Amino acid sequence: MSDVLVDIQNLSFSRGERVIYRDMSMQFVRGKVTAIMGPSGIGKTTLLKLIGGQLIPDSGNILFDGVNIPKLSRSALYQARKKMSMLFQSGALFTELSVFDNVAFPLREHTRLSESLIRLIVLMKLEAVGLRGARDLMPAELSGGMARRAALARAIALDPELIMYDEPFAGQDPISMGVIVRLIRELNNALGLTSIVVSHDVKEVMSIADYVYVVADKTVIGQGTPEQLRADPSPLVQQFLNGDADGAVPFHYKAAAYEDELMELGK
Amino acid sequence: MIANRLQKIGHQTLSTISGFGRAGIMLFGAIVGKPDFRKGFPLFIKQLYVIGVLSLMIILVSGLFIGMVLSLQGYNVLVKFGAEGMLGPLVSLSLLRELGPVVTALLFAGRAGSALTAEIGLMKATEQLSGMEMMAVDPLRRIIAPRFWAGVVAMPLLALIFNAVGILGGHLVGVEWLGVDAGSYWSAMQANVDLYQDVLNGVIKSAVFALVVIWIALHKGFDAIPTSEGISRATTQTVVTASLAVLGFDFILTALMFGG
Amino acid sequence: MTTRKIEILVGGFIVLACAAFLMLALKVADTGFGGASQTYTLYAKFDNIGGLKVRSPIKVGGVIVGRVGSIELDRVSYTPVVKLEINAEYSNFPETSSVAILTSGLLGEQYVGLLPGFVDDTVLMLGNGDTIEDTRSAIVLEELIGQFLFNRGN
Repeated sequence: MSDVLVDIQNLSFSRGERVIYRDMSMQFVRGKVTAIMGPSGIGKTTLLKLIGGQLIPDSGNILFDGVNIPKLSRSALYQARKKMSMLFQSGALFTELSVFDNVAFPLREHTRLSESLIRLIVLMKLEAVGLRGARDLMPAELSGGMARRAALARAIALDPELIMYDEPFAGQDPISMGVIVRLIRELNNALGLTSIVVSHDVKEVMSIADYVYVVADKTVIGQGTPEQLRADPSPLVQQFLNGDADGAVPFHYKAAAYEDELMELGK
Repeated sequence: MIANRLQKIGHQTLSTISGFGRAGIMLFGAIVGKPDFRKGFPLFIKQLYVIGVLSLMIILVSGLFIGMVLSLQGYNVLVKFGAEGMLGPLVSLSLLRELGPVVTALLFAGRAGSALTAEIGLMKATEQLSGMEMMAVDPLRRIIAPRFWAGVVAMPLLALIFNAVGILGGHLVGVEWLGVDAGSYWSAMQANVDLYQDVLNGVIKSAVFALVVIWIALHKGFDAIPTSEGISRATTQTVVTASLAVLGFDFILTALMFGG
Repeated sequence: MTTRKIEILVGGFIVLACAAFLMLALKVADTGFGGASQTYTLYAKFDNIGGLKVRSPIKVGGVIVGRVGSIELDRVSYTPVVKLEINAEYSNFPETSSVAILTSGLLGEQYVGLLPGFVDDTVLMLGNGDTIEDTRSAIVLEELIGQFLFNRGN
């Protein structure tokens, strides 16, 4: 059993004409929280979908637990997905099911456990995220933070090996942000999960990640533990960590020289 | 200029064809393969409720009124020739052959079809479909297939109910109100209506319409751009495309069944 | 909404649809199931069948006793041959019987009128596959008008 659960090798991916990733490599170590940071719009969510096999890369390998995800047959891919789970930004709770049924959904689909056993597991998972009392509510009745926690309970229902968080901190008030930071850390330690956190909330990520990749300009521009990263000499990494408005990533979207366009108007 | 326009036409043709392709692949993925009755049947029943039972009210009411109007209008024409005895066949044949299947399909497209498109489009927009896929559950099997089968089963049943209610509505106006003899209403109907030629052909028609409408509705939802504007456009497209498709297929089927 | 309630409502929906089908089949189309009752076949040759169609009724004194099974053209004489399917319970028509193509009302549908003939010792009964000799064709309105105008001209 190797130390690396997910190994991305020389990944290239493009959407139509637009290149998203070029020749990118990353490793995610078993039992650790690995974060991927970067400015918005560089396809961080795309990366998670590539790992989940929902998108197929142009070239490169994505090894998950020894199998190459892009090369898998449909049924083998579905087998592999049972060992991973993903927490979507919106939570992606099924709106027509109650919180309890949402968490029970993967259990009912993939196991033949009795209803009483399912009930036991669901209550356990809901207890872990602190929502045992909310089990009969519908997703529409939950606040954003609660919905994300309920989705987290559903994501860990089948005890996966890998859990991917897509922007878990986006749009949360400070309290629920604190709750989620704590949950990610605790679940990782208690269940021996491997976690991938995609985010651009620097402070929160730096506080929980064991290892951080900074992605920009179609590939990895900086990596290391949070301490190593703070000492990184790259101006791009520093700009991102400090949140400067202008710098290596320019404030202005690529355009013709401003003077030229103004002159054109005068003609 | 002309080259530009040609390019645009070519582009549109290609995207239409690829739309057909995506719709076909979706349906293929949903209904081909080993069905799982243990999990599938409860979902099917649930959808039969949502698609069929909830459409019942509009079908009953419009069936009754269309039968009544047919009877009233038919009577006014027939009575000029002293042929009001033919009111029964007029009402029943119009309903069984044409109005029953067609109006049911149009109402169905508006009532159930648009709801399905919006539901699936929203599921896509809120990443529920994606989430399901990541949980190793195929959304084509879990979401599309039960809705497809429920629609295909529900519509012919709704059309039968529509026909029966319409003929009763015709009876109500023709016999009870306008005073056509009840015996001649029913016996002329019995002499002119054939079980296979008229009743069953109507059922076949509505089964074909069901397939077309439900397929369009599911595809438009599944293929919708996951924004609020995209979903509203997909919903509109479902109603428009499905209605036009129903009328087009109606002409083809009528020509095949009654044209020769 | 509990599963049980949904099941009951869906069941009710299906029962309603079955009832509608039964009503359409029995009360509207008036067709018994399984091909209905036993029939036997007679043939009749006409010069002109007018607007007679397959499944037009055959009536004796206004009572329906059968339906037209098929209409074909005789290959030798080029006259229409009508196949009459008559209910087995009305099996004793003498061979002196005659058939005519009649119209119900001025604009109504056309049907085959069967008039039973006289019976004595020399007359046999019609059986399955026999042909009725005495036939009267449909009255074609255009021909009638044509004749009328022609006579007026004389």
